[in-house]
Amino acid sequence: MSSAPHFGGTDTGAPTVKGQTTYVDAIRDGLREEMARDPSVFLLGEDIGVYGGAFKVTDGLIAEFGEERVIDTPISETAIVGAAVGAAMMGMRPVAEMQFIDFISCAFDMITNFAAKSRYRTGVGVPLVIRGPSGGGVHGGPFHSQNPEAYFAHTPGLKVVQPATAYDAKGLIKAAIRDDDPVLFFEHKFLYRRIKEELPTEDYIVPIGKAAVRRQGRDLSIITYGAMMWTALEAAKTLEAEGIDAEVVDLRTLFPMDETTVLESVAKTNKAILLHEATRTGGIGAEIAAVLSERCFEYLDGPLMRVTAPDTPVPYSPPLEEFFLPNAEKVCRAARALVAY
Amino acid sequence: MTDLTREQKLELYRYMRLNRVVEERLVNLYRQGKVVGGLYRSLGQEATSVGSAYALKKGDIVGPLIRNMGVVLVMGYSARDVMTQYMARGTSPSGGKDCNLHFGRPERGVISPISMLGALIPVMAGIALAGRMQKKDLVAMTWIGDGGTSTGAFHEGLNFAAVQKLPLVVVAENNGWAYSTPFKKQTASRNLVDKAIAYGIPGEQVDGNDVLAVHGAARRAVDHARAGGGPTLIEAMTYRMKGHAEHDAQAYVPKEELEEWRQRDPLERYARELVASAAANVDELAAIDRSVSDEIDREVEAAEKSPLPSPEDALKNVYAAGIPDGEPAPVRRNS
Repeated sequence: MSSAPHFGGTDTGAPTVKGQTTYVDAIRDGLREEMARDPSVFLLGEDIGVYGGAFKVTDGLIAEFGEERVIDTPISETAIVGAAVGAAMMGMRPVAEMQFIDFISCAFDMITNFAAKSRYRTGVGVPLVIRGPSGGGVHGGPFHSQNPEAYFAHTPGLKVVQPATAYDAKGLIKAAIRDDDPVLFFEHKFLYRRIKEELPTEDYIVPIGKAAVRRQGRDLSIITYGAMMWTALEAAKTLEAEGIDAEVVDLRTLFPMDETTVLESVAKTNKAILLHEATRTGGIGAEIAAVLSERCFEYLDGPLMRVTAPDTPVPYSPPLEEFFLPNAEKVCRAARALVAY
Repeated sequence: MTDLTREQKLELYRYMRLNRVVEERLVNLYRQGKVVGGLYRSLGQEATSVGSAYALKKGDIVGPLIRNMGVVLVMGYSARDVMTQYMARGTSPSGGKDCNLHFGRPERGVISPISMLGALIPVMAGIALAGRMQKKDLVAMTWIGDGGTSTGAFHEGLNFAAVQKLPLVVVAENNGWAYSTPFKKQTASRNLVDKAIAYGIPGEQVDGNDVLAVHGAARRAVDHARAGGGPTLIEAMTYRMKGHAEHDAQAYVPKEELEEWRQRDPLERYARELVASAAANVDELAAIDRSVSDEIDREVEAAEKSPLPSPEDALKNVYAAGIPDGEPAPVRRNS
């Protein structure tokens, strides 16, 4: 993984206290705890066993739980998710890894047609988790950098989560495994080893469907999720020096969305920026804008502004990708315009 | 050739007759406008469905396709279940949420297909995988048409099942046609069974219109799977005697080919064999036919009396808990 700084600079705003749990370790700890707690939990994916996964998320788990519960599969996303669907119907709790989340497109049919619709049309629940590294900032190019969450938030029957912190990464993977419906768990590869924090030693989950206010503010709300949460915090710090008090809302779950927290924030600040790393059209930001327009119209004192990647594939070369990705400066620019509105 | 008892042979006959007559009644209902949507026949393919599913035992799980009427009947679903499905009733196995043979539950031994062909194969591999992990004595069986073998899911599912040595039996029904596309435009393989070689698994080609031959091949594959030998691909040679669905007059099918296969009708042929082998006499078979017909009279009547679903059921069961609220109220600033 490249060490090049992104998301608007070297200061991600992330806590940097030493000797604590990184985002990647938090996911692994969550998987391990759930596997130890519930024998029906098992993992399958490409290179997840002996090799420990392309990003080492599952490192060591095959030694701990054996190859029956940590299954190295052929390069077959349809088979991985399809087999997970069948096993979940039988009461197992499979966690399928996409080596890069970009490859989730290869399993689109299994996810959107088999897993998502099963409970509705046959009454058979499919409690599976599909997880993998999403996002850019590491010069992975068009097929190792995508943020495909909107395709799935648009599919009834699925739940979609995207943790921004190590605490949430662990709490949400555990909640996802315990959930009775299919959950898509989007990790951000840029965060794997760049953030860490002290985690509780006791068992905890982060409930699906609950957003978190990461910074209180009066002047505008930056509604975001995933790695962009750190970008929002960085922007808020810059804006604070200019006398602009931004609130940062971390959605954590994209579907079902915590509309209450979003509405309460915007009812207080009356202005909102919708920030995500995924491309613009039909993105999560568009959905939040629609919700705010429908449900919060009388509270709005300015246009709903989106800060997103443009409607292009994710480009590879560093200057292209840096231009493509949202960053703190782009958020600040939008915030200044919105406050002045 | 077979160790089936006389009673079992007659039961096979009964299921094949049931398969055929259920569909004949559905055609009547379709013409009366009582079937909602399309009707997919398995005329001429009854021996393949019935003979293969009959090789399973309690605890095994099938994943049938829409032409596998005989499979769901052998697995214990009733004619009424099928009729209410086709008439979109609220009492149908899917509660009116999905059509035709799209229904099933693992505890009933049936996994519902989706319309995307090939998709069942990886899912049934997962059923078999779970069965093994749960230490169950479970064989999974699924069906695919000649057209469906062209999908990526067919390949991925069979490859995964073979690598994992899963107890899965895949019955490829070569009925000559995928909608209007003939076999020769579907694959350059001479036989579908040749594909087994590519996966390193056993393959067996069988006369799909010979119910005892189908049953024998299925039994060998099921026994092999149960013994830990892994998957088998069976190719059943049969013929689709009707169009893709009732609306399709199959004008693209050569008349002489249809006539040739009509001579090989699996039900008439099996009836002749039963009589010739003295397993049954003509009167016994006629009595079975009458009993099937009477049963279906009752089932149709009951199905027609079944209610349609309540409109608001459309919102139910998307998730285990919590119904998505499609139209929440606006929050007013000064109220």
